[in-house]
Amino acid sequence: MSNHMAAANANSIYNYHVVRQFSIMAIAWGIFGMGLGVLIASQLVWPDLNNILQPYTHFGRLRPLHTNSVIFAFGGCALFATSYYVVQRTCQVKLFGGWLIPFTFWGWQAVIVLAAITLPMGLTSSKEYAELEWPIDILLALVWISYAIVFFGTIMKRKTSHIYVANWFFGGFIATVAVLHIVNSAAIPVSLTKSYSAYAGAADAMVQWWYGHNAVGFFLTAGFLGMMYYFVPKQAGRPVYSYQLSIVHFWALISLYIWAGSHHLHYSALPDWAQSLGMVMSLILLAPSWGGMINGIMTLSGAWHKLRTDPTLRFLVVSLSFYGMSTFEGPMMAIKTVNALSHNTDWTIGHVHSGALGWVAMISIGSLYHLIPILFGKTGMWRTSLINVHFWLATSGTVLYIAAMWVNGITQGLMWRAFNADGSLTYSFIESVQASQGGYIVRVIGGGLFLLGMFVMAYNTYRTVRHGAPVQVAEQQPPSNTQAA
Amino acid sequence: MDINDIRGLSTVFVMIAFVGIFWWAFAPSRRKKFDDAANLPFADEEQHDRSLDDRTENNSSLDKQ
Repeated sequence: MSNHMAAANANSIYNYHVVRQFSIMAIAWGIFGMGLGVLIASQLVWPDLNNILQPYTHFGRLRPLHTNSVIFAFGGCALFATSYYVVQRTCQVKLFGGWLIPFTFWGWQAVIVLAAITLPMGLTSSKEYAELEWPIDILLALVWISYAIVFFGTIMKRKTSHIYVANWFFGGFIATVAVLHIVNSAAIPVSLTKSYSAYAGAADAMVQWWYGHNAVGFFLTAGFLGMMYYFVPKQAGRPVYSYQLSIVHFWALISLYIWAGSHHLHYSALPDWAQSLGMVMSLILLAPSWGGMINGIMTLSGAWHKLRTDPTLRFLVVSLSFYGMSTFEGPMMAIKTVNALSHNTDWTIGHVHSGALGWVAMISIGSLYHLIPILFGKTGMWRTSLINVHFWLATSGTVLYIAAMWVNGITQGLMWRAFNADGSLTYSFIESVQASQGGYIVRVIGGGLFLLGMFVMAYNTYRTVRHGAPVQVAEQQPPSNTQAA
Repeated sequence: MDINDIRGLSTVFVMIAFVGIFWWAFAPSRRKKFDDAANLPFADEEQHDRSLDDRTENNSSLDKQ
């Protein structure tokens, strides 16, 4: 290993400050967003919880705040942190962009705080995952364009000849999200806090779900695959299973995802051919999704024994298992006949959380456990045993959550489509709600376990930053290394 | 030739593009280049060590990373 870099060239040293900021905020917003999730899940079990401070704490106002804060605040901060880290290390240059770099951090935090203020006030454009009103949308667009300048500027001044595949995924995610956000958020303002979509009717719905599904495909998939392609090889200590497969994976994934959005509008006013197109493209998507999953998991071939001792690696690998599971479930639910049963039921919510908790959150958590000691110059996390505790809380929480929603979703779907001999409905809607009560309680427990894991992570991180063994101390006193690492 | 011929052709073009990318990625002549690229995550330990100087006073190696 290299030492004695006395003549350090300041220009070649990475910017870790912004990576530390985003990493810490990812954990903080994770607790905030998942805490809101547990609260609104509890509201569905105990409706009185809606009345904590009406109308601000009503389910309808807190639910978009939950989705925005877990996707964009927690997931977004994790993506900023990892992409800024990976692009520097694999291009071997410092971040490009000067003041734009802190602007992306503070601008992003400002967007989240504004969301946390305006959404409970009931200010919303009512577009799912794009609820923020137009002034916040403009700030978000400025932050995102700055992000693109910083990221692609760094790639342009790279010292390596090749652009590592993780950067292709991060780059695809940044470029596409810019286009999605700007097109879908186009609106006619009537006041500072109210606007109307630039599109009308079925076209508005199609634009919204073109955006919505690609928020899943690029924000929640491509970006996190960028994490996967760096942190899985790094934590496993070996290069990715097949670099060639990763190239085919990238091009196949980004060229297919963009067509799948109309599966959100089955049996709606959308033209029938557009629905069928969305269904077929969703089915084809299974191939690149599983290609990527296999590529990630097979990276461990020859190093499987590391799973026994390394809970961080376990987070990363189990996230890929959930990714494989939810990218199988998604195409199945996009089939129109299956969708006729699953649409508008809790099955959809279960599917989303199998991806969001199992894939997105777990790959982020694994990456952050890899990152935090490195960023703060420590030999490892303060307690490996606490990572293990977190791993089991997160895994059992996710399994409880999605199993409860499968049971609820299929129950609801079957009850809603049951007819009597005379053609009247067998069940009233409220009967299906009553039948869902048990599943809702299990969901609160599952979500609560996942949230508890995030608190364990926050505590472990605090102790690591404050009291973790610094790298040079470990070198002077080898015995302490075994305990801390 | 009407619009449907173009629709049909577009499917053929996408197929050709896919085969092209597949061939480009798996051609034996590019094997060495991609093997080098695959090792990029392990190629910058010295810059990383220097980047930590703002936190850890003296230069040191992170041998487990």
